[in-house]
Amino acid sequence: MLRHASKMILGQGLRSPPTRAVAVGAGTPRMYHERVVDHYNNPRNVGSFDKNDPNVGTGLVGAPACGDVMKLQIRVDDDTGKIVDACFKTFGCGSAIASSSVATEWVKGKQTEEVLTIKNTEIAKHLSLPPVKLHCSMLAEDAIKAAVKDYESKRAKSNASEEAAPVEKAADA
Amino acid sequence: MASKHLATALHRSFRKPAAGTTLINRHSLSTATATAIEPLEEDSNGVTMKGVKISGRPLYLDMQATSPVDPRVLDAMLPYYLSRYGNPHSRTHLYGWESENAVESGRAQVAALINASPKEIIFTSGATESNNISTKGVMHFYKDKKRHVITTQTEHKCVLDSCRHLQQEGFDVTYLPVNPDGLVDLEKLRESIRPDTGLISVMMVNNEIGVIQPMEEIGKICKEFNVPLHTDAAQALGKIPIDVDKMNISLMSLSGHKIYGPKGIGALYMRRRPRIRVEPQMNGGGQERGIRSGTVPTPLVVGFGAACELAMKEMEYDDKRIKALQERLLNGIREKIDGVVVNGSTERRYAGNLNLSFAYVEGESLLMGLKEVAVSSGSACTSASLEPSYVLRALGVDEDMAHTSIRYGIGRFTTEGEIDRAVELTVKQVEKLREMSPLYEMVKEGIDIKSIQWSQH
Repeated sequence: MLRHASKMILGQGLRSPPTRAVAVGAGTPRMYHERVVDHYNNPRNVGSFDKNDPNVGTGLVGAPACGDVMKLQIRVDDDTGKIVDACFKTFGCGSAIASSSVATEWVKGKQTEEVLTIKNTEIAKHLSLPPVKLHCSMLAEDAIKAAVKDYESKRAKSNASEEAAPVEKAADA
Repeated sequence: MASKHLATALHRSFRKPAAGTTLINRHSLSTATATAIEPLEEDSNGVTMKGVKISGRPLYLDMQATSPVDPRVLDAMLPYYLSRYGNPHSRTHLYGWESENAVESGRAQVAALINASPKEIIFTSGATESNNISTKGVMHFYKDKKRHVITTQTEHKCVLDSCRHLQQEGFDVTYLPVNPDGLVDLEKLRESIRPDTGLISVMMVNNEIGVIQPMEEIGKICKEFNVPLHTDAAQALGKIPIDVDKMNISLMSLSGHKIYGPKGIGALYMRRRPRIRVEPQMNGGGQERGIRSGTVPTPLVVGFGAACELAMKEMEYDDKRIKALQERLLNGIREKIDGVVVNGSTERRYAGNLNLSFAYVEGESLLMGLKEVAVSSGSACTSASLEPSYVLRALGVDEDMAHTSIRYGIGRFTTEGEIDRAVELTVKQVEKLREMSPLYEMVKEGIDIKSIQWSQH
């Protein structure tokens, strides 16, 4: 048993050093992960849906003063509650564009409840965002939540009007 | 006993370094450390660095950051590295004498460009050091009588930081606001002068937006109130005519690497009549009249001098050429896209600096797409904080426009082909990013962006 323990410890000692140590600090040169560059050069799902379509939820977050504005739209199938399509438009840096592009890719084909669990840390890890760019992934998470909320409130409004109509009919009759 | 066996086995393994580290340790002259210094990979297909692949070296349009060394300047410098390498302060042999001669002729060349006497030029390591000596040195010398400094909000960081340092020491500093076109308001300047004002510092040509301040008028005001005038002329030297007597300048900071000279050298002009005194920031053997101790780097001084002489000869020719290129750039871009704003005054500006804002497109994302053109941005994302450039803020540029600026620097070696290619790439990227921009979409639909309540976070 001790031999096993010593092998484990030795194994750790002989592991080769990491080829690239993570450089942290204020003066670090910023490196774009190739995924960010890829999303920037070939953005997926750029576009717009009709805002007034009842199946579409629109999330508009951010502010031009902060340098980041994201508009994320989802098209939901009423019966199954599944997101069938998504698109985005972003005013912001490369990391913001990539974060929102990734967000549209991840929400497609999922349930509206499921996408609310997407965390900004997952987006940041997928794109290897440096600490100074984490707010971009936060904004993407906010955009998803805002889009789902918008869709839900649209559905609630249309349901309420549907219920009001038969009640009136019954009252008339 | 078993634990002893474990301990010895561990010791044996730790004494033998892992294969990777021995290679690194044996590498002599290796500038690679364990942290992330990524080498540039060049092959026949192009250049890859930081995950970005481009087909060749980018076009250089960032002349305000630095400039290439003119080959004629390099020719002048090389003998002083290889054969005439003496220390100019060695008084006892030929090497020292010839080196001193070279330094003195370089000094004369620099002085000629600004209409000063060679005795008024002190060599330093750059404009930053000269700015430090001017602000802190002057105020420390006159600290008993003078406690107030006036400067502008658009000064270079080194001046602003030196003034902040002075504030911490107990001096008063007035940071004058500028008009939306970037120029200093002369009335406000006049009003802010106090009896105990020891220095007024206004940069001649701004490095970010390229506006030229009205130095002669400011000089007149300073003469009237008898306050020394310091100017940071790093971007102005060799590009616009400078006359220290006409402008009544007492102290001027100069930089070598902005006028096609070597990096690491600058100068400080200090007026002798009336004499302005400073407290030295570098103590030592008393070189450079006791103002700046340290061996004067002969090859750099020779290069700086040669660059100044060339600038004097070619200033007019360069100016005409650069103006034409600037118009070509601006018109080329304006023909294809709208919503292009020039930051800073269009009349009083140095032609080689064009700072443009593209509405509804963010600066850093545009830079990311302009990888084949080396330009710079005043946008927030390129700085460590989320704040946009303080110069653009001082101009009163709208918050959303402040994130959208790009600075193009045109110089002596910029060609028409480079400008055309830059126009082409810029237009392409801006159009692509506007497609992706929700703000552009809203504007096209007729929504007024300023009326929307944004959810700040």
